[in-house]
Amino acid sequence: MNGLPIEYGMGLAALLFIMGLTGLVVRRNTLFILMCLEIMLNSTGLAFIVAGQHWHQADGQSMFILIIGLAAAEASIGLGLLLQLYKRFKTIDIDAASEMHG
Amino acid sequence: MSLLALTIVFPLLGAITLSLFPRMNDGLAATIGAASVGLAALTTAIVMIFWGTAGGYPYIQTLWQWVSVGDFQMNFALYLDGLSITMMGVVTGVGFLIHLFATWYMKHDLEGDRGMARFFAYMNLFIVAMLLLVLGDNLLLLYLGWEGVGLCSYLLIGFYYKSEANAWCAYKAFIVTRIGDVFLAIGMFMLFATFGTLNIQTLLHQAPQVWEQGGTMVNVTALMLLLGACGKSAQLPLQTWLADAMAGPTPVSALIHAATMVTAGVYLIARTHGIFELAPVILELVGVIGGLTLLIAGCAALAQTDIKRVIAYSTMSQIGYMFLALGVGAWHAAIFHLMIHAFFKSLLFLTSGSVIIACHHEQNIFKMGGLRKTLPLDYWMMVIGGSALSALPIVTAGFYSKDAILWDAVANGHGLLWLFGLVGAFITAVYTFRMIFIVFHGEEKIHAHAGSGLSHHLPLIVLAVLSTFVGALIVQPLGGVLPSGAVEGHHWVELFFEVISSVVALVGLGVAAALFLGKREMMRNVVDTPVGGGTWTFFHNALGFDWLYDKTLVQPYLFVASLHRVDWINSLINLLPTAASGSNAALVTTQSGRLRWYAATVFGGAAAFLVALMLFG
Repeated sequence: MNGLPIEYGMGLAALLFIMGLTGLVVRRNTLFILMCLEIMLNSTGLAFIVAGQHWHQADGQSMFILIIGLAAAEASIGLGLLLQLYKRFKTIDIDAASEMHG
Repeated sequence: MSLLALTIVFPLLGAITLSLFPRMNDGLAATIGAASVGLAALTTAIVMIFWGTAGGYPYIQTLWQWVSVGDFQMNFALYLDGLSITMMGVVTGVGFLIHLFATWYMKHDLEGDRGMARFFAYMNLFIVAMLLLVLGDNLLLLYLGWEGVGLCSYLLIGFYYKSEANAWCAYKAFIVTRIGDVFLAIGMFMLFATFGTLNIQTLLHQAPQVWEQGGTMVNVTALMLLLGACGKSAQLPLQTWLADAMAGPTPVSALIHAATMVTAGVYLIARTHGIFELAPVILELVGVIGGLTLLIAGCAALAQTDIKRVIAYSTMSQIGYMFLALGVGAWHAAIFHLMIHAFFKSLLFLTSGSVIIACHHEQNIFKMGGLRKTLPLDYWMMVIGGSALSALPIVTAGFYSKDAILWDAVANGHGLLWLFGLVGAFITAVYTFRMIFIVFHGEEKIHAHAGSGLSHHLPLIVLAVLSTFVGALIVQPLGGVLPSGAVEGHHWVELFFEVISSVVALVGLGVAAALFLGKREMMRNVVDTPVGGGTWTFFHNALGFDWLYDKTLVQPYLFVASLHRVDWINSLINLLPTAASGSNAALVTTQSGRLRWYAATVFGGAAAFLVALMLFG
């Protein structure tokens, strides 16, 4: 593991984050948006792991556990919102829920 | 003597009562209104007797301390001397007769409309203000009365406020006199700056010690006082309001715009005569203004069709005589003419009011005609008043007062002003008898109902008696207050000038008879020619002063005002709110409610922030 430079891990994390972000912005399907959010969360998790490995600190791993917990909570709330969205608008297009302009 | 303050208290109580109970019935309102002034007149008579028996020395009644700031003390004090007691007598005496007549007049003029209490409240308040003006011990108290009479004049000109024209007339009177008031205020400031007091007697006492004869400061101060007097007394530069003031009820014209308020300017100059005597140039100007005004107003009166406007212009002209008298230093003659004028002019106005009511509110003299038979009392009253106005010799009071002015003018070496006065006397006789002949002679054009009752007859008859030589027998206790100004000439010389002015007045009467008795064909032919018609219009519009002021003052003012309607500095400041509301509109469009757009901007912003941190941090 020591042979792998930190830039590689960080580069992968950044790549994943940008993929997730792009997906979040371009997709209208709420399900895909939630999946993109998961990708972004996990990319940050990866960044913590890589950083923790680099400096031989356990903080990175504990932060990852926190992020996993956050992701689980986020996913359940997000799916709940998705269900409500579908119930109200009969669609899962996120742009349909823009009535309040804010 | 301590009763003096009561003369002010009675009308004040009347005014307060009438304004607190505006819905009281008309008869009661009229009774309160007239009785309060009647009591004031009675008190004045008692004060006169006490004052006369006590030797006629100046008497000061200090009511309370008005202003006390540091070293500066000013009392609310009444000052009684020969001049103020004369004015007081005129204000309350003539005022009471006019109030009495007004109870008759307003009953017919209102015709059941509301307003009797309001009318008498204003009238009583006017008497209060006028008494403060003539009794004020200091210039500030005088100024309080001065503004008070201006206010009441405004309220009463616009008494029939439902007609917009009346409201404009009231505005005009108020604004034009206000211009004069500003000058008076400046004069007072200058006096206060120099002497540190506004007490009139102190001022008159100190002025000759502080100011040299004809110095700049005294000239300017006197000029300011003169302009103030011109505004109130409707003299030359500020005379245009008086004819329009006739929009008010006729007793108002009689009381305010003939007998009392408009003579306030004469009173002011007489009261501050010590200052004017130090400024001979300005005193000369007083005479010139009077001379010019009496001619201009006389010419204007020649071509009026409204009976009240004829008398209004004659008022201007007669006050011109008083100014002329002041200008030549004939102080006694000026005040004497003031009193006599109050008698005959209020008689003329009340009679014209009686005629107007009798003719069912008709004011155009050419629509009246031949009223001699139906209104014999009014006819004789008008003849007596008119004769006094034109100063017909021997029998009328006007003869003695006007003759004194003309004689003093010539005796003090003011030949030109004497000539002005003489021409004015001729014009006066012509327009006065033109009015009488047109209204009361010739064919009858209107069916008139003569007025009746004591409140109608009594004031007219009393004033008529005072307008004859009986009025001229009244001796004014002016000695010691004002320098006499009368010059003892050779008896025959004086008689010669008396004969000249008598002849001139009689010739005027003859000319009026030739022109306006009968069919008036000659006059009609003259007016039909372009020149005659133009002159008539020129005179009818009072020599175009309204037009001149409109073009030179009102229009430029409105132009400047319209320029300033767009305020550049303000619009610069208005950029701020414009920018705020513009950016608000821009930001509102970003609030689209689209979640993905929000997410993109959040990350875009964060990225931009990070980049900036990396580059510049």
